[in-house]
Amino acid sequence: MTSITHDESAYVPPAEVEEPELYHPKSFVGKYIWSQDAKVIAVQYAITAIGVGLVALVLSGIMRLQLGFPHAFSFINPSNYLQFVTMHGMIMVIYLLTALFLGGFGNYLIPLMVGARDMVFPYVNMVSYWVYLFAVLLLMASFFVPGGPTGSGWTLYPPQAILPGTPGANWGIVLMLVSLAFFIIGFTMGGLNYVVTVLQARTRGMTMMRLPLTVWGIFMATILALLAFPALFVSAIMMTLDQTLGTSFFMPALVSQGQHLNYNGGSPILFQHLFWFFGHPEVYIVALPAFGIVSDLIAVHARKNIFGYRMMVWAILAIGGLSFVVWAHHMYVSGMNPYFGFFFATTTLIIAIPTALKVYNWVLTLWRGNIHLTVPMLFAIGFVFTFINGGLTGLFLGNVPVDIPLSGTMFVVAHFHMVMAVSPVLVVFGAIYHWYPKITGRMLNDTLGKFHFWVTFLGTYAIYYPMHYLGFLGVPRRYYAMGTTVFVPESAQSLNEAITIAALIVGAIQVVFLYNLIWSYFKGKPAGPNPWRATTLEWQTPHTPPKHGNFGATLPAVYRWAYDYSVPGAAEDFIPQNQPPGKKAKGLEQALDASDLGAQKLDGAGTPKPIGS
Amino acid sequence: MALAIVLVLLVVGSVLFHYLSPWYFTPIASNWDSIDETVTITFWVTGFVFVVVNLFMAYCVLRYRYRKGKLAHYEPENKKLELALILATTVGVVAMLAPGLFAWAKFIEVPKDATVFEVVARQWNFNYRFPGKDGVLGTVDAKYVSDENPFGINPDDPSGQDDVLIASPELHLPLGKPVKLELRSIDVLHDFTVPQFRAKMNMVPGLVTYVWFRPTRTGTFDSFCEQLCGIAHFAMRGKVAVEEESAFQAWLSSYPTYAQSKARVAGDAAAGKALFAVCTACQGAQAEGNPSLNAPKLSGQAPWYLKRQLKNFKDGARGTHEKDVFGKMMAPMAATLTDEAAIDNVVAYIRTLPDNPAPTTVNGNAKNGQDPYVTCAACHGAGGQGIQATNAPRLKGMSDWYMVTQLKNFQHGVRGTNPHDPYGRQMTSMAAILVDDQATSDLVAYIDTLR
Repeated sequence: MTSITHDESAYVPPAEVEEPELYHPKSFVGKYIWSQDAKVIAVQYAITAIGVGLVALVLSGIMRLQLGFPHAFSFINPSNYLQFVTMHGMIMVIYLLTALFLGGFGNYLIPLMVGARDMVFPYVNMVSYWVYLFAVLLLMASFFVPGGPTGSGWTLYPPQAILPGTPGANWGIVLMLVSLAFFIIGFTMGGLNYVVTVLQARTRGMTMMRLPLTVWGIFMATILALLAFPALFVSAIMMTLDQTLGTSFFMPALVSQGQHLNYNGGSPILFQHLFWFFGHPEVYIVALPAFGIVSDLIAVHARKNIFGYRMMVWAILAIGGLSFVVWAHHMYVSGMNPYFGFFFATTTLIIAIPTALKVYNWVLTLWRGNIHLTVPMLFAIGFVFTFINGGLTGLFLGNVPVDIPLSGTMFVVAHFHMVMAVSPVLVVFGAIYHWYPKITGRMLNDTLGKFHFWVTFLGTYAIYYPMHYLGFLGVPRRYYAMGTTVFVPESAQSLNEAITIAALIVGAIQVVFLYNLIWSYFKGKPAGPNPWRATTLEWQTPHTPPKHGNFGATLPAVYRWAYDYSVPGAAEDFIPQNQPPGKKAKGLEQALDASDLGAQKLDGAGTPKPIGS
Repeated sequence: MALAIVLVLLVVGSVLFHYLSPWYFTPIASNWDSIDETVTITFWVTGFVFVVVNLFMAYCVLRYRYRKGKLAHYEPENKKLELALILATTVGVVAMLAPGLFAWAKFIEVPKDATVFEVVARQWNFNYRFPGKDGVLGTVDAKYVSDENPFGINPDDPSGQDDVLIASPELHLPLGKPVKLELRSIDVLHDFTVPQFRAKMNMVPGLVTYVWFRPTRTGTFDSFCEQLCGIAHFAMRGKVAVEEESAFQAWLSSYPTYAQSKARVAGDAAAGKALFAVCTACQGAQAEGNPSLNAPKLSGQAPWYLKRQLKNFKDGARGTHEKDVFGKMMAPMAATLTDEAAIDNVVAYIRTLPDNPAPTTVNGNAKNGQDPYVTCAACHGAGGQGIQATNAPRLKGMSDWYMVTQLKNFQHGVRGTNPHDPYGRQMTSMAAILVDDQATSDLVAYIDTLR
């Protein structure tokens, strides 16, 4: 009980600035289409991201059909197989996960959780979404241009990305690069908003060390993205110039299919450095919001404070910082100077330490908790299990000599799907089950949710755990067909069939989730303002769903950290962040009296006065 | 309750899978035991963490499940515990990293007595170049690359003249001797790896990269490209045969030097005409082909391809499969060509014959054949004109019924399975994309439209 983080001494300074006036639209279009409300923008982001993610899910199903049953389907050939691989990867990493975590959860949760009325630049926030949508449409357009989308792999390595012999080397790659550039422009508008909102628009009493870890995760991820995406942006521009104007940034003198091309002096490895300088932080851009959200899910549903809050914050900062000095571990076999291997192997394995600490603290939060196995909690625990597996296999690939035999094989595919596909997606699901009641006012169906969890959790493990062993065997990734070799046994093909069947089941079962989302919107059990009895501010709003402006007449003031669960002596097993000291925490029935909680008055201090008044 | 049990079962199942499944590293065939040892250490450390943390989580889920009226323990942090965990993790990390870095130091330090040779990659094949007697590889440049000089050797560099050129994806290596592979690419990124050697490195156009190892047992191994390099990436494979020094030297000396390959005189068409007299019985006087005798059109086909196939027939790389009835008829015919000069001569003569498109005989839906042809176009060219750089013969205007037969032969392992026919092997991967006979006919019908 020595930590300052849960200190009840009410440090609540007066407000420093006048509250901004929000533009309240009257028409349907203003409210839901050209909306400046972060919550509506969040839903727009989420629906778009999930929609495009479904396309990528179908693509992965087609890839699995080919790998499980090679040559059984005439519509899959070596050319479009690579296009499916490429589009699946890029959509999932950038257009689904990045957009959903930052544009979706970031927009919804940051203002609510820090006690702000909206993002600080609502108009820019709106534009951010529309630019994102434009980027998505550009990307989808590449399915319909001559030659189809690029098939150069999601890493888009030149020279092959812009040379014949790779599908989509004319139109597809340019659309991909331009779409990425627009995505980054859109993201930058949103990202600046998230960072400034967290830094400048926290309500009174919400010190940085009282922020819920969800906000910390999204905040740090956004900073990483703002620093990392420019590297991708410039490489996209440079490759576009190489392709269209014949510059040679990434193109050395080469002879493509017997033709001497007019390139000279460029470096393909330069592109790889730029790509991974973005690409590795990108892993954490997806992972850190997941880390933050899952911390809150575990704390709420275990009715226990997150274990070692301060260490968790420092771990997020350490991981974020280190993530910029590990990128070349993706390039151990790229042909870069081999002495880099010593440095990058060391930094990469060091990053395991703060990451491991986070895992320990999640598990230690469960320890001596009072665990409600709600659907969000199931997904959170599923995440921890999956993430432990995926994180540990990262220690294989991060350690340079171990990476040599495994790089380029199915081991890599298994590893990164486990760690940055399944793990974050499990958190996404958990988060949706957790916050859906706040977003819609209704609970998601519990039975369908549990079914969704069990099939998704066990199914994905069945897909990816055995896949590592195909990698040990030496089965390369991005192979349309393995064909005959002297060392891959027949049984490996049976394993591939089993993986495909598991993948198809997991993919198909997502329909249940979508059905649940839609059905519950109309027929779900009414949720009330705070169904999980959580402490953070988004659950203390006067209205559910929260209205534009979030908090009614007066912004809440914050008196404590976000994790006052099961405080000895308290009346309830949670104390909301805006509960002034001295008062006993209220029960749920009283909490329904929203005006009291949402418009929390300051004891003694009176209503906050704007500066200068 | 269920969740705790499932977590325990997943942990137990994962460990059992690791020990019982038949899929793991292939038996090592190089000196890189240190890599395998680092993998083993990593498995022990990560396996320990995996089992302990997950079992502890399962215990927590079971032991601290919700009970009405029970409060969770309130403890914001426990610095001692966290510090202890950080220290333990650090020890584990050091235990993996230290042997890893030592192994890496050896991996990048090539022994002085290593034999140096070059692996050259292009879409979608490997070739090899050994230094000749002078022990020095001649200089190269992309600007010298051509069909006659596929390695791009500087013609004016004296040290390149005696370089031995292996224009085949099959590589032989002497047993027990360290070798340094200098890796080079003509076009895009590639990679050279043999799973049993554990070693691997990308090839980058504009750079020379390297990797070294010492083969420790004899045998024939598959080599792969493991860096995405385009449509036929999955078919970019070679073979590495590790053998005793004497066998290796015999293999090496069977290949020409750069000087020899340059000095090869062009075939003599007049001399070839006499030799071709034997062929006319089936192929026709103009080499226009004769479907009723199962003889394809030869006129207009690329000389380098005709040479390769005649050699294949002569050397038993083709026409030996028991089900290849017509190939077996061709083999003794090719055997009448006594040496390479004879082959050159007959090919030179065929080149002089008029090139009229073969009649269309295949019924298929050309529209349906257009999509799969995208794959073929990667090597054979969008117009089916054939590209020597990708080892792909001309298709347009050639005998369509013959293409159908050969595609089926590739599909059924009648052609392309002979270990000495590496390009045929590549076609077996490609022909497999045609799911049935109709797809084959449709594809060839599309090729018929390329005129």
